[in-house]
Amino acid sequence: MSAVITHPGRAAGTRRELPYPIGHQFHADLLCYRRNLQSVFFTMLMPVLFLVILASIFRNATVGAPGGSIKESVYYVPGLIAYGLITAAFSNLALSVVRNRESGIYKRRRATPLPASVVIASRAALAALTALAITVVMLGIGWAAYGASIPGRTAPAFVLDVVVGAATFCCLGFAVASVIRNVDAVQPVIWATVLPLSFISGIFIATAELPRWLADIGYVFPVHPLAAALLEAYNPHTTGSGLNWGYLAILAAWGVAGLIIAVRRFNWLPRGG
Amino acid sequence: MASVHDELTGAGRAGAASAGPAVIEVRGLRKTYDGIEAVAGIDLEVRAGEVFAFLGPNGAGKTTTVEILEGYRHRTSGDVCVLGADPTQAGRDWRARIGVVLQESWPEEELTAEECLTLYAGYYPAPRPVAETLELVGLTDHRAVRCGRMSGGQRRRLDVALALIGDPELIFLDEPTTGFDPAARQSAWEVIAGLRDLGKTIFLTTHYMEEAERLADRIAVLAAGRIVAEGTAATLGGRDTEASVISFTLPPGVAAADLPPALAECVTRTANGHVEADTTRPLRLVGVLAGWAQARGIDLPDLDVHRPSL
Repeated sequence: MSAVITHPGRAAGTRRELPYPIGHQFHADLLCYRRNLQSVFFTMLMPVLFLVILASIFRNATVGAPGGSIKESVYYVPGLIAYGLITAAFSNLALSVVRNRESGIYKRRRATPLPASVVIASRAALAALTALAITVVMLGIGWAAYGASIPGRTAPAFVLDVVVGAATFCCLGFAVASVIRNVDAVQPVIWATVLPLSFISGIFIATAELPRWLADIGYVFPVHPLAAALLEAYNPHTTGSGLNWGYLAILAAWGVAGLIIAVRRFNWLPRGG
Repeated sequence: MASVHDELTGAGRAGAASAGPAVIEVRGLRKTYDGIEAVAGIDLEVRAGEVFAFLGPNGAGKTTTVEILEGYRHRTSGDVCVLGADPTQAGRDWRARIGVVLQESWPEEELTAEECLTLYAGYYPAPRPVAETLELVGLTDHRAVRCGRMSGGQRRRLDVALALIGDPELIFLDEPTTGFDPAARQSAWEVIAGLRDLGKTIFLTTHYMEEAERLADRIAVLAAGRIVAEGTAATLGGRDTEASVISFTLPPGVAAADLPPALAECVTRTANGHVEADTTRPLRLVGVLAGWAQARGIDLPDLDVHRPSL
């Protein structure tokens, strides 16, 4: 490329390529995330707090899991990995997407040559990175503090569960963001969905201890298959690879549904309200 | 008597602007929301290098029009051509050539002014230097301040800087100084006046007459979705002392005595509902009249501003 310094883009015959600044946008999104203490607290500290509290309360108890009983402190590790993953990929993503849209940040970007795919891919990459980070943190705490470890034979299943789970909740995050009309509604919607589902999907209370009908409701939604799939990888009673295609299929179905809504309804402009 | 419109289209109008090619061409633009006409048939043309102001009260259709030109909204009918393209069909190449200051938008709160500009610079094929752009809008001393902690005036300068960073040919400014105190407005005007020196074409909306007078080569007064007067700052704004005549016809049932006092005291002639008013500040009076008519739901289809021929 010729060095046009004096008046960029104006020299005759010089036609510069429009950039596709995915790395550039990701760098900025990551910077915004790191500087937003509320986001960091909810995605990185809350799951750790919940794990420490629950595992401490029930440190001597055991709980029923597929194949036999396990220590409750071990049980909570995969459950709260699922919770942390959902917070990072779903809750935090939906909040920031609505915030950026309603404050006019997306609207302003719409007047620039920035493609929508860069905005979406960058935010999804941030969700993936934060989901991965909280997973690694929880893996470490679970192993160091509660002796919860993943056998080598189920490790590949665990990785696949995390990947499918993060992708699914990321799609659902975009979908939920597209139907919420204002920033004030985001937190209530997130808490009203994630919290009850966490209670009936084996995250805070083992599924074995729930009334059957409550557990059955949980089975339909995407929180249970993620928590159960991660538990299967952690559960010492699991024989074989720990891969549960049924759970992954339910998760993927929710992910695809979320993706369809997100793609159809993604909007740059404030929805008002 | 020659109408302002005749004078405008006549040869020899001052300013280099008239020589440039048309950057914005609008014919018969209409926009209807739920049966209500927000824009009721607008024709306009803005030429390269010109500073054009759209002046009108709130609800006159300024933002609707400018957002159609920016490609945000679809029109109900009419022809719109901006930088050679239909804004609703225009692609990334086209957006690299425009700069937009929205009426209301927040920057990325967690980024500093400098980081924010660097981010947006990366969206364009040939951006302006970040430091120079900060300097241009007077934010050099505040470059390390997080956008979320900026004052309203600083944020508005950043808005302008973000609109400039891609080195656009055409800049839209939607009410750039609304809500400013006089000092902030004064410094914003200096920034905008500086854009003219960069050779940019500027489409400005405002409800401050003084702002239009100060900044624009040409002003169109918008009321209830129609252009009711058009002229240069000199002809409309009354910088010369030459009196202008505003004329219009009131609908049956509305008397000249019902006119707002500022207008009523200038009325020189009334006959069969036809009113003429003499003034050296026609723009101010047209604004008063438009607001009054709109509030009452009155249409003034033959509203005109003339100057006695010289």
